[in-house]
Amino acid sequence: MNVKDYKGIFVFIEQRNSIIQKVSIELLGKGRELADELGVELTALFLGENIEDSSIDLIHYGADRVVFLDDEQLSIYTTEPYTQAMTAAIHDYKPEIVLIGATAVGRDLAPRVSARVETGLTADCTKLEIGENSNLWMTRPAFGGNIMATIICTEHRPQMSTVRPGVMKSLVKDTSRSGDIIRLDVQLEKNHLNVEVLEVIKEEKEKINIEDADVLVSGGRGVGSQGNYSILEVLADELKGTVSSSRAAVDSGWVDHDRQVGQTGKTVRPDMYFALGISGAIQHVAGMEESEFIIAVNKDGSAPIFDVSDLGIVGDLHKILPLLVDEVKHQREEQAQLVNA
Amino acid sequence: MKIVVCIKQVPDTTEVKLDPETGTLIRKGVPSIINPDDKRGLEAALQLKDEFGAEVVVLTMGPPQADNALRESFGMGVDQAILLTDRAFAGSDTLATSHTLAAAIRKISPDLIIAGRQAIDGDTAQVGPQIAEHLNLPQVSYVFDLQKEDEKHLIVKRSFEDGSHRLRIKMPCLITTLSEMNTPRYMSVGKIFDAYREKKVEIWNLKDIDIETATLGLAGSPTKVQKSFTKSVKDKGVVYDDVSPKEAAKLIVDKLTEKYIL
Repeated sequence: MNVKDYKGIFVFIEQRNSIIQKVSIELLGKGRELADELGVELTALFLGENIEDSSIDLIHYGADRVVFLDDEQLSIYTTEPYTQAMTAAIHDYKPEIVLIGATAVGRDLAPRVSARVETGLTADCTKLEIGENSNLWMTRPAFGGNIMATIICTEHRPQMSTVRPGVMKSLVKDTSRSGDIIRLDVQLEKNHLNVEVLEVIKEEKEKINIEDADVLVSGGRGVGSQGNYSILEVLADELKGTVSSSRAAVDSGWVDHDRQVGQTGKTVRPDMYFALGISGAIQHVAGMEESEFIIAVNKDGSAPIFDVSDLGIVGDLHKILPLLVDEVKHQREEQAQLVNA
Repeated sequence: MKIVVCIKQVPDTTEVKLDPETGTLIRKGVPSIINPDDKRGLEAALQLKDEFGAEVVVLTMGPPQADNALRESFGMGVDQAILLTDRAFAGSDTLATSHTLAAAIRKISPDLIIAGRQAIDGDTAQVGPQIAEHLNLPQVSYVFDLQKEDEKHLIVKRSFEDGSHRLRIKMPCLITTLSEMNTPRYMSVGKIFDAYREKKVEIWNLKDIDIETATLGLAGSPTKVQKSFTKSVKDKGVVYDDVSPKEAAKLIVDKLTEKYIL
């Protein structure tokens, strides 16, 4: 393999029911930045059925061109047809970098493709940058997030990487952008029916396992009553998070024990932890201090929770929370408009 | 029916602590366990064995200490345990690991291969699908429910972020299992005795498998670790004690946006 034969960046565009997934738009944002630094083209690889019309959106979000394949075998995700299409695209266009969302689809497809083309794949990257000799430096957490490793793939192409949703930032849609939209030239082999989709089940998944939550909105004695908990739930819903609590709130009967954080409850390490009306007794802190970021609101400025918080607000949570919920909703609406614009 | 379950012995990362002085990992005294997703795969295989009869082979690639994980598998009820170990395998990334495991599995020729979705020390979820590719077998990952339909087919449920698929797969095939799939059984006392006294872990070295050496170990690994480091120690937090509720809400929203929560 001559590494120099490979040029340009591909982003795999994931769609479900023909709706482009947010993570793919985020990766176009990152891909644009890397492509500009390398002075190469950014291509959106768009696979699915009845997708051609939305291809232009991908140009508006940063791609120079779209390579798409519209095929009934790509309507519902199964591994083999997608692998065939992606492998064909890699052989035809020889990109140096391929970025894929680390979703339930991407984490199935990416390793299969990497094995078929015999190249390296780095999972769940949190940072992507161009390093020495124009190689991609892919940084990811390992050991349960305790260490970070920067991975390189210097002798094989493409350099493949998956990135979790929410890690990279999408560009603002720019409808003045234009670019080519090209059909991928491949005939998918007929499905041999080795894997057959019998049923597609949609569900609104309820998260009750607070250890799995990325965002925890935790309330303590300061919440004051069971009724007051509802606004924490609203905030948690808006942030796609889960409500949890200190022991005081559980002992008062406001919240079930399976939501308790701390020594006699669960140990959590979400990306964002809200400690609302929680004083921060050592038993509670032991269960949450490893959280990525901690926001504390408490009316007592001397509460020990402020020793571990990253952002502390001394104030009345009953006054702050309604305003916070409004502001969060407002932000969400603005973002929704950006995506749909 | 012959089932191969691929397992990995991993450090229990929930027990890993950082040395606050040096910022490095304290590995000493960290217990080794069977990777949780793999253990569910093991249980799934044993349930098929209980219900329909099956020969369950557990396979691991790793250092000689991985023997412990295989003994535990005997304690749960597997029929055969293979430890794939050789200095030549050291430094393997996921691709090289998958080539090595695939070579061993080829020799066993099973109807079903089960691997855990991902290992808690690496979290890549790559080795299962890569093995399936090398063996040219169909794969379904993220499986949380597994039923045998007939001698040739399985019915599985496969999880997505927004729901699931119910799928029929023709064997031979490979599935990767999720932690919510089942609750692994405990080892039985009788089997624990057998595991250490009667049962024998088979050791397979490089010479026991048919594989191109170029695909092995460090040399066969496209990815290399360029550097590793511990996350920077947290900066001391900021506390605002004189802001209006509106200012407070704004401060919080700005931080949520900066951290991509919003």
